[in-house]
Amino acid sequence: MNRGGSSPSAAANYLLCTNCRKVLRKDKRIRVSQPLTRGPSAFIPEKEVVQANTVDERTNFLVEEYSTSGRLDNITQVMSLHTQYLESFLRSQFYMLRMDGPLPLPYRHYIAIMAAARHQCSYLINMHVDEFLKTGGIAEWLNGLEYVPQRLKNLNEINKLLAHRPWLITKEHIQKLVKTGENNWSLPELVHAVVLLAHYHALASFVFGSGINPERDPEISNGFTLISVNNFCVCDLANDNNIENASLSGSNFGIVDSLSELEALMERMKRLQEEREDEEASQEEMSTRFEKEKKESLFVVSGDTFHSFPHSDFEDDMIITSDVSRYIEDPGFGYEDFARRGEEHLPTFRAQDYTWENHGFSLVNRLYSDIGHLLDEKFRMVYNLTYNTMATHEDVDTTMLRRALFNYVHCMFGIRYDDYDYGEVNQLLERSLKVYIKTVTCYPERTTKRMYDSYWRQFKHSEKVHVNLLLMEARMQAELLYALRAITRHLT
Amino acid sequence: MGKKRTTSGEGRERQRLPARRFRIAAPRADSADGGSFFFPLLGLTDRGFSDCPDLKMSRVTTALGGSVLTGRTMHCHLDAPANAISVCRDAAQVVVAGRSIFKIYAIEEEQFVEKLNLRVGRKPSLNLSCADVVWHQMDENLLATAATNGVVVTWNLGRPSRNKQDQLFTEHKRTVNKVCFHPTEAHVLLSGSQDGFMKCFDLRRKDSVSTFSGEATEAGQGRWASLPVAQRCILRIHHSFAHGLMRDAESRANEAQESWGCPDYPLGLCSGPQAGQSESVRDVQFSIRDYFTFASTFENGNVQLWDIRRPDRCERMFTAHNGPVFCCDWHPEDRGWLATGGRDKMVKVWDMTTHRAKEMHCVQTIASVARVKWRPECRHHLATCSMMVDHNIYVWDVRRPFVPAAMFEEHRDVTTGIAWRHPHDPSFLLSGSKDSSLCQHLFRDASQPVERANPEGLCYGLFGDLAFAAKESLVAAESGRKPYTGDRRHPIFFKRKLDPAEPFAGLASSALSVFETEPGGGGMRWFVDTAERYALAGRPLAELCDHNAKVARELGRNQVAQTWTMLRIIYCSPGLVPTANLNHSVGKGGSCGLPLMNSFNLKDMAPGLGSETRLDRSKGDTRSDTVLLDSSATLITNEDNEETEGSDVPADYLLGDVEGEEDELYLLDPEHTHPEEPECVLPQEAFPLRHEIVDTPPGPEHLQDKADSPHVSGSEADVASLAPVDSSFSLLSVSHALYDSRLPPDFFSVLVRDMLHFYAEQGDVQMAVSVLIILGERVRKDIDEQTQEHWYTSYIDLLQRFRLWNVSNEVVKLSTSRAVSCLNQASTTLHVNCSHCKRPMSNRGWVCDRCHRCASMCAVCHHVVKGLFVWCQGCSHGGHLQHIMKWLEGSSHCPAGCGHLCEYS
Repeated sequence: MNRGGSSPSAAANYLLCTNCRKVLRKDKRIRVSQPLTRGPSAFIPEKEVVQANTVDERTNFLVEEYSTSGRLDNITQVMSLHTQYLESFLRSQFYMLRMDGPLPLPYRHYIAIMAAARHQCSYLINMHVDEFLKTGGIAEWLNGLEYVPQRLKNLNEINKLLAHRPWLITKEHIQKLVKTGENNWSLPELVHAVVLLAHYHALASFVFGSGINPERDPEISNGFTLISVNNFCVCDLANDNNIENASLSGSNFGIVDSLSELEALMERMKRLQEEREDEEASQEEMSTRFEKEKKESLFVVSGDTFHSFPHSDFEDDMIITSDVSRYIEDPGFGYEDFARRGEEHLPTFRAQDYTWENHGFSLVNRLYSDIGHLLDEKFRMVYNLTYNTMATHEDVDTTMLRRALFNYVHCMFGIRYDDYDYGEVNQLLERSLKVYIKTVTCYPERTTKRMYDSYWRQFKHSEKVHVNLLLMEARMQAELLYALRAITRHLT
Repeated sequence: MGKKRTTSGEGRERQRLPARRFRIAAPRADSADGGSFFFPLLGLTDRGFSDCPDLKMSRVTTALGGSVLTGRTMHCHLDAPANAISVCRDAAQVVVAGRSIFKIYAIEEEQFVEKLNLRVGRKPSLNLSCADVVWHQMDENLLATAATNGVVVTWNLGRPSRNKQDQLFTEHKRTVNKVCFHPTEAHVLLSGSQDGFMKCFDLRRKDSVSTFSGEATEAGQGRWASLPVAQRCILRIHHSFAHGLMRDAESRANEAQESWGCPDYPLGLCSGPQAGQSESVRDVQFSIRDYFTFASTFENGNVQLWDIRRPDRCERMFTAHNGPVFCCDWHPEDRGWLATGGRDKMVKVWDMTTHRAKEMHCVQTIASVARVKWRPECRHHLATCSMMVDHNIYVWDVRRPFVPAAMFEEHRDVTTGIAWRHPHDPSFLLSGSKDSSLCQHLFRDASQPVERANPEGLCYGLFGDLAFAAKESLVAAESGRKPYTGDRRHPIFFKRKLDPAEPFAGLASSALSVFETEPGGGGMRWFVDTAERYALAGRPLAELCDHNAKVARELGRNQVAQTWTMLRIIYCSPGLVPTANLNHSVGKGGSCGLPLMNSFNLKDMAPGLGSETRLDRSKGDTRSDTVLLDSSATLITNEDNEETEGSDVPADYLLGDVEGEEDELYLLDPEHTHPEEPECVLPQEAFPLRHEIVDTPPGPEHLQDKADSPHVSGSEADVASLAPVDSSFSLLSVSHALYDSRLPPDFFSVLVRDMLHFYAEQGDVQMAVSVLIILGERVRKDIDEQTQEHWYTSYIDLLQRFRLWNVSNEVVKLSTSRAVSCLNQASTTLHVNCSHCKRPMSNRGWVCDRCHRCASMCAVCHHVVKGLFVWCQGCSHGGHLQHIMKWLEGSSHCPAGCGHLCEYS
């Protein structure tokens, strides 16, 4: 394993954030050595996760039962901070990968690879390359999309849209896939594929958002080149965990700052709650608030000073460097702000007209039996999960925060809830958090440790993991809603 | 650990099938009844609105107006998808509400006419985006809508201005899913919302009078904190509400006042934080008959019953569905009946009058149920529409849950709202849909799936009775004919009497025939005895045949016994057959009371030999004539055989063998096989013989068939056809002829095959399977796999019905069909819990992963028991089956030394 990365190969380049790469380009002689991080996550100190793990027998049991690889991978370790959720997560994942379903096993893993490749999530890709081969997949397919059957290749378009701009999916896309012909998809197969795609897009968000480290002992021996799986740049890792931890233990100068931040947030929550009972915003005000939130999400990412690059710059870099682009076509296609579209004015997705509970569930469960229940349970679980704590405070009702996070993600995908006051988002989610949310859900590959650390500094890591879980599930639901709505329209 | 079904359990399930099904006939709506109208006052007598009689009378008469409804099936296009519809009490107007539509249409004879657009203003606010709409059943001018943004709006059509909006209640924090007016009270409105709360509004007030939380709390332990500021005000409102009631219904109101008068329990609005934990409310419905009761349904599958005076906790809660309950509807006449529909595609009817809510009926639909509405004047009918995929509206008779009574197929997208036009008219149904259309359906024009179906039922009883039911028209057509020719059975015909209590003019009637076994016919005793006593393996063929013949004879089944004997003769070496015995049994067979139904004719046989060439067949035909002639002359001898065969050139070589030594023949046969049939599909050598019978190796059948079988089948056909006509002599001689000639067993394989088919067709699949097992390789290749499998499964099925588990397992084991032999491999998991830590042992049955102890030790040898473990139910000690059996032979005490007197039986 050439983890030192001293040669300026493509793989090594891939590890660097764009900023550092720019520096590198100027001076190619600089050798960057990457420190080995320990633990399952680059963001979360090892002891946080491990402590939780040793206590928890339940996790081991779950892994035994549901893991496809048969070992405790890093994702599971990080998620095991929330065992309740972990169970429903693993169950649904196991169901879609291993249990009865319309697609053959290697297909499922290949679709997972395709989905993860959209976000250049090499961690997931490596994992599924392994499993793809284990389940009897044809090794040749791993050479790229040109080598797979046309049928799988046809999925590419929907993969692309689903990952970055799900609102563009129409019934025509569905019709194209299911229309009779040599390479057609049956509806159950398509639903299975869509569920897999959405799951792995969202999981990629989680992987990047929680800084999941590459597996320690990747059992890769099949000729597929090992991409060093971590794309966190040295500059992120340089400001080591310890420094941030210090802020938690209270010796950092930022302590006063962040403490007051927390207090302020709590104060705002309280105020909002009281406000809601006496004062109501006018209807027009409400709808403009949604538009405002949508618009504002436009500027969120560019607001991040450290990583503020022109858009094109990003894309160029990605195309050049990423080794995983062989699994995708049109790698330049990325998230585009829902609010920015301008010319073709697509209508907002009204959440009440196509809800997961009423419509999505029924459709998905009809075409791919039982997955509906598993996903339903997972969505409910993550939405209702609470320990009634916020950082150091106990007995806090966090419903409002959870709802704000969930709806903000949906807002970025153009899904609007009539009964939600989007003004709350502004009050509850500070700018750094919005930056983080937007990055994790829309461009997960650009997440940095700095972003992770910069919001909610007083909060525990487990709480931040919970945030990530919320973002992941909200994103998955949004993608599913768009895809399933298109399928419903195709059916009627 | 859901898969715990054992084969035995399955068998028992089958056992429970009713012996006779008489209730197959079910009522259906006659198409003619759509035209008959009920006069408005007809339904009054049993309808009683409240406890105040004079009030009831006055209201109802005004409500109905006295005119007869007319109309036709029609639809009109709306500008936008509808979310809900509601009908005015005069049955002449309907309101349609949706995200971007809110209009009132007049229902005229030929068409819908837009009467009023309530969606006014330049920029319509979200308050107008309706999730639900309801028209007050007492007041023509009063409407309420539930907006997707959580606002409840009331509308007063009597307002002079263009904007009819009356009041705005913005108390819910999430989308309001449902609003509902009190059926008799003018000012009471109930709403249910996504935020988990139900609120009761008094329209004379600015805000809600009480709030009900759908939170699943233990009785009496709701999170109802009394808010000091709000409490006084709320109490006052309650009082005014109670006064309002008093005016209308005195007795009830007194009771109510009592309740309100003493606020023993805390009242108040639930404060914000709990909102997220409570379950979303999907539907709320006031009971039509109980003044204070309403039902609410929830996203988690629960249904709650509330008393409107007691907002602190629900009166009753039960889980009705798996997943969200989207809708509910109280029966208009039956006090306690509540229909609920859920995402789990079921409609259930509950009886709420009993102590526990009892499920009365359950209708399984094909998609999640979005709305359910009882059909007026039809006690058992309800209409449903679905949330997704399925666009039709169905009217079900809940007693007939599998076929909808009527079906309306007008809509092109999901139906979102349904309403019966008039509360006492069962023939008009209105519906709104996502396809932006509003429809009036006439029951008369509905398609009735029942008519397209040919309902037939057939069932065997435990004692061999057979019941058969079919539509009367179908049966009548062939009434002259007896449906079955079994002579010891006779049909009994039933006809379902028309039920005068039924509200329908016509009933679908069906005829039911029951074929009973005659008393004394012995039932199926013979089957059980035979199954238990037959030997199927483990002994030489001859012994098995003899044994089984003996068994059959003892049970008085002489023909079967005869068959076994013949099989023995055919397949076993000579010399062992006592001729006298054979003779005797043949004679008996001839006099046996059971008629032989079939007769093998050569003409039938020849095409049966599918692999033969045309030449052979023609040869067979010519031969048959001679044989028939010969047999009438009583003797078919070896010489005869030789002669006829000898004249055939292709078979010549073989006949030479027949003439020679028997052993030689058998030795030579394989040699013939190889050069003659290189492409033979079944290499007989590859199959192991079940029994070692040296001198009867299975020869190459095709070769033999070509040459000989037509002849032999000819002679055997005579035996069969002549048997009833007393020809024991000829039979005997034939047997002797066969015996003498020592023809190879394959010679008979076709015959045996037909014999098996015969038995199977006669219903004696037991015989077919038993012979198949015993003869094994000898006949198996002649019968196609599917037939064999079919026999096996039928026999196993029968055995399991008679609880002959061991026999059935033996049969499964002995079967060679892969599909059958895997039957006893399924559901063989036995889930064991560790005896120490009580947790399931997942990996192995004898070592617990958690406490690392061996769970089941043998009390005798102190080793781990890995196979059969037997334990005493008294002291729970046990061990290896063999050890325990042995131990208990010598001692009656428990081997573990616990002093218990164990018993082994």
